Amino acid sequence: MKMPKIITKNLNLWYGKFHALKDVNACFEDKRITAIIGPSGCGKSTLLRVFNRMNDLIEGVKMKGEVLISGANMLAKEADLVNLRKKVGMVFQRPNPFPLSIYENIVFGEKIHAEKIKKSRLEEIVEKSLDSVLLWNELKDRLNKSALSLSLEQRQRLCIARLIAVKPDILLMDEPCSALDPQSTQRIEELMRELKKNYTIIIVTHNMQQAARVSDDAGFMLLGELIEFGRTDGIFTTPQDKRTEDYITGRYG
Amino acid sequence: MRNSKQRQKIAFFLLFLATLLIVIPVGLIVVIIIQKGLPAINWQFLSDMPRKGMRAGGIFPAIVGTLYLVTGAIIFALPIGLFAAIYLSEYAKENFLTRVIKLAIVNLAGVPSVVYGLFGLALFVVFFKFGASILSGSLTLGIMILPIIITASREALESVPQSFREVSLSLGASKWQTIKNIVLPNAIPGILTGTILGLGRAAGETAPILFTVAAFYLPRLPASVFDQAMALPYHLYVISTQVPNVDEKIRYGTALVLLAMVLFMNLIAIIIRYQFRKKKKW
Repeated sequence: MKMPKIITKNLNLWYGKFHALKDVNACFEDKRITAIIGPSGCGKSTLLRVFNRMNDLIEGVKMKGEVLISGANMLAKEADLVNLRKKVGMVFQRPNPFPLSIYENIVFGEKIHAEKIKKSRLEEIVEKSLDSVLLWNELKDRLNKSALSLSLEQRQRLCIARLIAVKPDILLMDEPCSALDPQSTQRIEELMRELKKNYTIIIVTHNMQQAARVSDDAGFMLLGELIEFGRTDGIFTTPQDKRTEDYITGRYG
Repeated sequence: MRNSKQRQKIAFFLLFLATLLIVIPVGLIVVIIIQKGLPAINWQFLSDMPRKGMRAGGIFPAIVGTLYLVTGAIIFALPIGLFAAIYLSEYAKENFLTRVIKLAIVNLAGVPSVVYGLFGLALFVVFFKFGASILSGSLTLGIMILPIIITASREALESVPQSFREVSLSLGASKWQTIKNIVLPNAIPGILTGTILGLGRAAGETAPILFTVAAFYLPRLPASVFDQAMALPYHLYVISTQVPNVDEKIRYGTALVLLAMVLFMNLIAIIIRYQFRKKKKW
């Protein structure tokens, strides 16, 4: 069996006194889509933001346990956050391109990380990244237009392209479709299936149909605990825990 | 029913009256100063030295002195104010020290300008031995406008959406790269606006320069930052109260030049802000 991409061991997280994650143990496998579902406030976004340490921006956050990404503990004191975030990219709930041109949005990461900036290299990155989110043909003639002139779906694709340009291994998606209409959602889901050939994807979603449609594995969270974790079809057809069953059948949420 | 409608009308009228009362003095100031000052304005008035004990000639050295002082104040206050604002909005944790610093800035804004003058006299003129000089005056004005620049810059920095910072960090940028590449460029219009408003304030103040730089009568241009200089607000005070028999035209002409300089700066600030609002789409 392949080595899991991310392993959490007894992961606990507090916002001040609030215990937001309780002993989370899970394995996220490579080149698969894992969905984390659960009602609002259950800690699913918090869990996602542990993997790229975005919770660190919030004052009063405390974490305990281990998060092994490709074998290295990312909660260790000596963890290199810049390198971690290059390897673990994030797509946010609201498409959030910078108020710059399409081109500048995509080369942002390269400009930050490259020792020397070569124009030919930047152009190559723009084409490849836009191509991998199926935007190249649409946008190749207006790369210098503002990214804010795009539709919401195009913006979200652009954000994914901007991320891919940094060459991550893992894509974290925090409700990436909640601002989009059903058609756009469907197309982003198709894109996710395409992307999982090359990336490990973890998606947090409110939308259970989406989790069922798009994911290979799924975890159900409630009040900071990971109640159940396993193959998506298993979770959705034969949940082992009463609470998972209640949530999936819509008894609360 | 009828009663409440009438009351509403009365309330509206009173509110409108109060608003009108604000506009009237502003309009009157501008009209009177233009009416009485405009006849004095010509090329000679703007480019010539004062003559006959300031009863004739021009106000050129005062204009130049004010420009020097404003430039000096900004060279000093903009970097310090901006750096402090970046620290406060991006780095400072909410603790006792930060609260003390923020309180100090608010209080600095409330200090009467004549106190700044005395402070500048004690610190720059006497203690640092800069003498009454452009340097002392610029530093004093700089300290006076620091709170304006810090407050405006902080507001500008804090109005940059948090999501921009998150994205930049999530792409592996360091905090400083995020500030430099994303936060600052989006905050610059607000910072500029605040800076220019500060400039306008520095140009118009008399008290801070009274003891630190202003020359009563100096019919030549300053040669270095250690020279005294004339300045428009102080010159206006001198020819209005200290020198007898100055033609009213010259007094109002000087006031008009000063007013025009300050309004011009404010106009630039308004234009920058307007342009920025038009472009801003988040």
